[in-house]
Amino acid sequence: MKADSYQAIMAQRNEIMRQSVGIDYQKYATGVLAFDYEGLMADTGYDIDRIREVQRRTAVGATPLVELPNLTRLARLLAPSGHGARIFVKDEAANPSGSFKDRRASLSVHEARQRGYPGVIAATSGNYGAAIASQAAKAGLRCIIVQEAFDSQGIAQPEIAEKTRACEAYGAEVIRLSVGPELFYVFLKLLKETGYFNASLYTPYAVQGIETLGYELAQQLYERERVFPDAVVVTHAGGGNVTGTARGLIEAGAIHSRIIAASVDLSGLHMASDHDFNRKSFTTGHTGFSLPFTTWPDRADVPRNAARALRYIDRFVTVTQGEVFYITQALAELEGLERGPAGNTSLAAAFVIAQALREEQIVVVQETEYTGAGKHPIAQLNLARRMGIEIRRGDPKAGKPGQSIVIPESPEQLAVAEVDLMRVRHSYLHNALQSLQKQDTLTAADYAFLAAETRLDPTTVEEMIDELIGQTG
Amino acid sequence: MTEKIGKGVWVEIHNIVLQPGERAPQVPVDTAKVPLEMCVKGFLAEPAAVGEEAGIVTAAGRRLRGRLSAVNPAYQHGFGPPVPELSMIGQELRRLLAERELRDES
Repeated sequence: MKADSYQAIMAQRNEIMRQSVGIDYQKYATGVLAFDYEGLMADTGYDIDRIREVQRRTAVGATPLVELPNLTRLARLLAPSGHGARIFVKDEAANPSGSFKDRRASLSVHEARQRGYPGVIAATSGNYGAAIASQAAKAGLRCIIVQEAFDSQGIAQPEIAEKTRACEAYGAEVIRLSVGPELFYVFLKLLKETGYFNASLYTPYAVQGIETLGYELAQQLYERERVFPDAVVVTHAGGGNVTGTARGLIEAGAIHSRIIAASVDLSGLHMASDHDFNRKSFTTGHTGFSLPFTTWPDRADVPRNAARALRYIDRFVTVTQGEVFYITQALAELEGLERGPAGNTSLAAAFVIAQALREEQIVVVQETEYTGAGKHPIAQLNLARRMGIEIRRGDPKAGKPGQSIVIPESPEQLAVAEVDLMRVRHSYLHNALQSLQKQDTLTAADYAFLAAETRLDPTTVEEMIDELIGQTG
Repeated sequence: MTEKIGKGVWVEIHNIVLQPGERAPQVPVDTAKVPLEMCVKGFLAEPAAVGEEAGIVTAAGRRLRGRLSAVNPAYQHGFGPPVPELSMIGQELRRLLAERELRDES
């Protein structure tokens, strides 16, 4: 076996990870599955004030909380009498590289610098790459971004092409790969070769960096309206956005705000498929990430994922690609905010959710992202058409990911589809059992951990696990 | 005879990371049939012609080798033509809001 062959590098993954993150994850183990999650988070030494201080130095955060009165009027037009909550949005596009990912990147890069790493590496095709590159530029660290960027025909996904450009603008080296999960192999090889910091999206730093988002929005709304939000809608992919925002809200005292996760429905498309790669009009915020990561967070590029969305989600909904494009256009033309489509996933859901809430209630959409060439509904729909996808106006629910995108004909056609959280929890427990070795026996600490992970009482967890074991024999 | 590109020019190199037979066991059939390809940009370390083996120095200062695939490659992404399915949304919504307000006033 060659020293840098796929098998050889994958066999060294734990050692490479440990070196590149500087966290001994092993020491947090409290059972065969269980680990001390809060201990892992606390050991970073960052509290909310310290995170804010680090972020202030690079002008990250303190983004405006903007009311959307025209979308609220529109929602009230469709809602039953007395209903239609006020909609606010946290304009995260105002961050230095144009998205809330600057919050995650700021703490990661700060930590890399403190620990004396010569550079940072991140495996990301999205906004996080630009955020890391921007922060690394300011910190004077070298930066490598690894992207899954084009299919076997050489066709680049336009949103990722824009991210390539942005990362290069910030002086980063960008490794552009064709489709496949072996990106992780290239990533590990680079970490080993360079000795750079693994600026994973899933370290405690990258998740704690988002806590300021939840904290700020709660404070801003309270200062303005003397209330905390009734609901906060979060675009949900790998789980960091939900986890960090929810933790920040709790820290601010907004313990009754409902956390609603929203993803774009990409069911039926395979995330590792070369054929499907350019048949997705969204590169993040979709079910291709959110379902696997919610039902098993520890599939990330660090041994223990600090993003554990199921601990915080009160409700989980999906919307269609067509609905997000529609609301993106509405946001531009009714509110004068032209923002990137993927970040508007939560806005599409919030527009529907607001209609079921009373007029005096408030729903906050917790992010926007910058828009521009490639990163735009027009660019995505033109690519979709080129790939043979049908685009038309009609009932958005008739759209089929990879085959058709149906843009609503009227706002009342926007709807959310519920993701059954009990099924998600069941699936989580199934995956937890699958991760066990034959000789492992669950301890009391494991049951308590699983209960915290799924927000179920320990007795229910035990019953569900017994049932699952019974099924698999 | 292809023209040599000078040292220091911004270029892109291309490499095959994994051949079809070397792909990870979990990849779907369509992905397993094609190689894992890699493109990286950098400054040409010594003169080379397009299509030939070349060395570059990347933005992070690493020295890499691969087939010289493009010279000063353009950013090709853009918007493309306006999409008719989106063009009317703003007008429709403004009309809807205006009608409602007229009704409320009457």
